Formats: sequence, C-alpha cells, structure tokens
Amino acid sequence: MKNCYINGIGNVSIQSVDFDVFESEIAEIQILNKAQQPSYKDLIAPAMSRRMAKGVKMGIYAANKALFNAKMVDPQAVIVGTGLGCIEDSEKFLEAIIDNDEQFLTPTAFIQSTHNTVAAQIALHLQCKAYNFTYVNGSNSFESALFDAFMQLKHFNKENILIGGVDEIAPYTFSMYEMIGKVKQSGEEVNFKNPQTKGIALAEGATFFALSNHKTNNSYAEVLDVMLFNAFKDNEATEINTFLAKNNLSVSDLDVVFFGVNADVHQQEFYNRMKAIFNEIPQAYYQHISGSYDTASAFGLKVAAEIIQKQQYPKVVQYNNIEPTKIEKILMINQFNNTDFSFVLLSKC
Amino acid sequence: MQKKVAITGMGIISSIGLSVEENFQSLISKKSGISDLENIQTRHASEIKVGEIKITNQELQHLLNLPEENTFTRTGLLGTYAAKKAVESAGISDINELRTGLISSTSVAGMDFTEKHYKKYEEHPEYQKYIQSHDAGDSSNKIANYLGLKGFVTTISTACSSAANAIMLGASMIENGYLDRVIVGGTDALSKFTINGFKTLMILSDTYNTPFDNNRKGLNLGEAAAYLVLESDEVIKKSNKKVLAYVAGYGNANDAFHQTASSENGEGAYLAMKQAFEKASILPDQIDYINVHGTATPNNDLSEGRAISRIFSKVPKFSSTKAYTGHTLAAAAAIEAVYSVLALQNNIIFPNLNFKTPMEELNIVPETEVVQTEINHVLSNSFGFGGNCSTLIFSKS
Repeated sequence: MKNCYINGIGNVSIQSVDFDVFESEIAEIQILNKAQQPSYKDLIAPAMSRRMAKGVKMGIYAANKALFNAKMVDPQAVIVGTGLGCIEDSEKFLEAIIDNDEQFLTPTAFIQSTHNTVAAQIALHLQCKAYNFTYVNGSNSFESALFDAFMQLKHFNKENILIGGVDEIAPYTFSMYEMIGKVKQSGEEVNFKNPQTKGIALAEGATFFALSNHKTNNSYAEVLDVMLFNAFKDNEATEINTFLAKNNLSVSDLDVVFFGVNADVHQQEFYNRMKAIFNEIPQAYYQHISGSYDTASAFGLKVAAEIIQKQQYPKVVQYNNIEPTKIEKILMINQFNNTDFSFVLLSKC
Repeated sequence: MQKKVAITGMGIISSIGLSVEENFQSLISKKSGISDLENIQTRHASEIKVGEIKITNQELQHLLNLPEENTFTRTGLLGTYAAKKAVESAGISDINELRTGLISSTSVAGMDFTEKHYKKYEEHPEYQKYIQSHDAGDSSNKIANYLGLKGFVTTISTACSSAANAIMLGASMIENGYLDRVIVGGTDALSKFTINGFKTLMILSDTYNTPFDNNRKGLNLGEAAAYLVLESDEVIKKSNKKVLAYVAGYGNANDAFHQTASSENGEGAYLAMKQAFEKASILPDQIDYINVHGTATPNNDLSEGRAISRIFSKVPKFSSTKAYTGHTLAAAAAIEAVYSVLALQNNIIFPNLNFKTPMEELNIVPETEVVQTEINHVLSNSFGFGGNCSTLIFSKS
C-alpha cells in the first residue's frame, strides 16, 4: 500500500509572517486575533486582490507556499476544509439585502460567499482541472480534507495532492459568538492550561500541505492514519486504544500527543480526561499560538510535522512537564463542543 | 479487491413529493412542483417561480416528533426527514451495528434562519439559540444525532455539485473498506439569500424553467433533501438485502475557467464524465439515459450540451428533471440520484418538461414524454459554482 507524506507546508497565521515555532517570539493571544497578512502582490494582481476575500487570499498564498516548499507543480487534487468559508462576504451580501431591502445588489459578495470559493480560486490560480473538494464540518473540516487525500493517495491513482484548512473572521459573526459565549467576554483571561471561563479566543488563518506518496528530502512526516467522527461509540480510552491498535501501536508507543485545547473551561473537561489517559506521555498544544478557529488544527499539524522533521521539541508547545526521549510517533486529538472529533497519527519518515 | 457499492435505501422530500413513490408518480404524470413562493418574505416573490415544498417548519418538526426546544433550521429539518426515510427504506434497525457513516452536503446551511434574525439577536435573545445552527456541519450533526448514528460524519459543500461528491466519497469509502454502510446525500432550503444571489447574477427565470430549450431564460430555485443508503457487497451477502441499484462510477474535475460560469466547451464536465466511464469500466454507448444537470441557464445548458456532444459519438436519451423540482442546489445531485435509480428500476425515462425549441448551437433534443425502454446504466451530471463538475453512473442491480 502506498504512503502519505507531508512534503510541503505553507501558512498564514496570527503570528508574524516568517514565524518559526523553534525560534520566534510568540505574540500573546487576545480574545480576537486577526491574521498577519503577508504581501500578496507577487502572487495576485492588485486589482484582483482588492476584490478577493481574505480567506481566498490567505488560501492562495498558503497553497503556493506549500507547493513551492515541496517543489510540487502538478497536484492531482485540491481539497480544502473550512468551517464557515468566506464568511465576511456572506455577511456583506446579507447586510446589503437587509439594508437595501433586496435592491441595488451586486453579485461579487454572493459569488465569494459560497463555501467552495477558496478551493475554486486555487484551481483557477493553478489552472488545475483535477479533483476538487471542499469540506465544511466544523472543527474537523480540515481532517475531512486530510482523510480524503489520505484515501486518494492510498487507493486511487494519485501521487500529489494539495490540501488545506482556512477560516476568516467576520465582524458580526464575532459579535454573535460573544452573545452566546462561544468566544470569551472582553477582559476575560485566556488560559490554556487552567481555563476558568467559557469561550474561545477566536482567530483566523490558512495552513496548506503538499501531500505525496513519494518520500523526498523535504518530507516532514508520514500521515499514518486519520479518523473523524461525531461521537464516541464506546468508552473514550477504548476507542483510542482500538485506533492505535489498528496501527500496531499502544498509548505507550506515542512520543508526543497534541491536544486541541482551546481555553474553554467546559471543553477542558474532555481534555482533562485525555490528560489522564496520556498522563505518562509528553503532551503538547498549539492554539495558544494559532488562536482558535474551525481549522486551527491544520496549524497544529504544521507544528507537529515540523517537530518530527527537526527532531526538536520546543518549550513553547509543552503542555505537561514530560519531555520526549525520541520523536517518532505523534497523535493529534481535536474536537469542538464535544463533537466533530478527530485523531491524526503521524510518524517520522 | 475493491468492494461493489450497492444502494439499499432512498429517502426524498421535494416539491414533487414527500416520498420516493410520490416523486415517481409526479415524474411519470408530468406534474411539476414549480409554483409561486409562499413561505419566504421577499420583494421578488412576484417575479420568480420556485420549487417550494408546501410544508411549514412547524409541520416538519411535528412529522419528526422533535421537542419544542429544538434548534433545527429548515435545511436540517428537510435533511433529517429524508435521511430518516432512507434509513427506514433500507430496513436498518440498529444504525451502529455496522461501521456506518453519514456524508451530507449543503450550500445554504442555516442561512434560512440567519437571514431572518440577522442583527436582531441582541434585542431577541430567544433567537440566539439558532446562531450555532448557521454552520453547514450543524445540519449533518443534527441528522446523525436524530438517527442515533455514532461514527464518521462529514459535510461537503461544492455548490450545486455537493451531493454528487457526497455520494462519490461514500462510494470510495465503501470500496476501500473504510465503512460498511454510509448514508449519503444533501439538503438545501430556499432562502432569501440565494434568491437574491441568483437574482444579481441574472440567471433566475421569471417563469417556468425550460431546460435545453433555445429560449431558456434561467433557472427556478428549489428546495429538497435526499439521501441514499450505500452498503458493501459483503454486507449485502450476509443480509440478503434487496439491492435497488449500484453506484458503478464517478468522476470529479474542475473546469478552472471562471468562478460562476462554465467554459464554452464544457471541459470540466467532459473530464468528469470521462473519469466516470473509466471508473465504471463501461463505454459511453452503454449509457441508456442521462439525467443532465440542465439548470436551464443559457450558460449551463450550452456548456453541458457541448461536453455531452463531445464525449458521446451518439448522444443517448436525456432529460433534465429541473423543470419539475427547480434547482435544489446542494441537494440536486441527491434527488437526481433517486430519479436515476427510479429510471433503472422501472425502465423509464422521465420527460424534460417545458421544452419547445431545440438549441441553435446543438443538434441534441431532450425527451419530452415518458419513455419506456430497457435501462441498464444511467449517467447523472451535476455542476457547481467554482468550476466543480461531478458525474455519477448508476447501474441496474
């Protein structure tokens, strides 16, 4: 059976454009965190850039970086995960409908508001007529894309696939989230290790990966398995053990486990149970660097892949006090509000 | 060895019926579901026709026995209704007995409620419970929870080709042993958002839509949901279950031409059909019926017609069923999958209503009457904004 390697990574995040998890200072997380926009002028004509949604720009940029990083020119699939797509354009079009009583509308915002705009614009940009999919399933939207690519590389006649996760912040959506406590209230502390308040620290970003069944000098890690599900059928520990056993592993074989902890006191209950299951394993986290959004776990995969490639475990990601003796197998666990779960298993390659 | 993918159950709700049987009766008696808009307040109501399901949200909630305090939007209600029917028709009693997944699709998601309450949430805290129902994934989770399904659940949104991709992913997962059984399909409710969106693109007809007609004026929006139950042949062998039809082939390509328009020669559509033939290991001349995407917009029908003329040396009998249902966006490929299976089961081709004048640019003409003929393979096309082109091939059981 063919393998699935991560050969290139590209990213736009709330951290500096040239952010490096091993070296850079980390900008402190706020309740609302906007992405640091890179210069798009080499990639997108300014006239187009002005009309383009932020999510599309971040997506095209990260996609190009990932392909360049992997020296990949011919992806045979473009697969994107996004929680809300170009939500800013959805807001714009809806506001125009309401404010102008359905008159004098222009189509630009509507056109960009469809969830698949990022994948479509990447296809257009690359003139890529291949398989093109967009997944929109909350916090495992990105893992849905990763799973599809994993299956395509293993079982279909595809060698190179571009995947990514992208989400953007829009103003009214943020204020709606404030109303229902999905994000923290102004002034509340954002604490990932010992959260005291409900709600997340909202952010945005795009992280893309060039995946291939060919191992190269630039390969970061191998994706061993991906699983996503809406709810545990069984006891949590049992299901984790079953997933690992399917890959001939047990909990003690893991070198690092990455949690999608998001500073929400209610959601912490799940991660506290995970902490207990993995209490002897080095535990890592990443949303204190990326902020939280539906596809933040793509940023988590970037960090995990870089750690495997570099064989270094930076202090900044350490969630407990245990340090790994080797970095060969990493398990990533994510969810949101006790649903849209995912497991991603990585291996040194 | 790849597993064969059997269809063992179907559920549908559309403007031409609340069950598979009602949809079939409407199709063979040429009864269209296109009407004036009733359930949505819009200033365009008098200028458009729609494929609206004349059942209110309250009635749907009642049919589903939902508690008062639910947060289902119309998209979720329609989807749950159709998925429940599909599971019942497949004779499934214990949903988690096998590795069962749900792959749903939607483009409107919870927009039908968001647009009603937008910017009113502050004064009306009672609406706030719907804020989390806006996400596309929310409707899928609601369907899964309603069915008691615990397992692989995801949602696809590739505009008007969404449900075809849900069927494709589900079929791939069964073929390669990732699932034993999967519920696949899509759901979309009518909304003011899409009505205005398509209006600004000037592709809404002010009268009944006329697919593949030279004088076509655009599409009618519709709402619907449909789901199929797919099972592996191993499961079928054990259960001796009746197979309605097989998913034999599929193809997915991107036109990479324009965000909302199809290329002149229908390159994306051509590639999707080509891949589907390869996957199904059949030749174009084995196709007995094409359920075309046929939205009745000037651009789609010309582009699709060209792609079909390019790939088929002799174009088989074809029709668009959009004149019955309107364009139901993410659900379109799911309801048309149900119609494709009905065509196979009954050896019937459904008429392309409202057709009068052949298109100038092409020498192909859709079927305008019910045709009884032997049907072994049906090809169904679905295309969406963003250049997303998908083709499915269904074969007789």
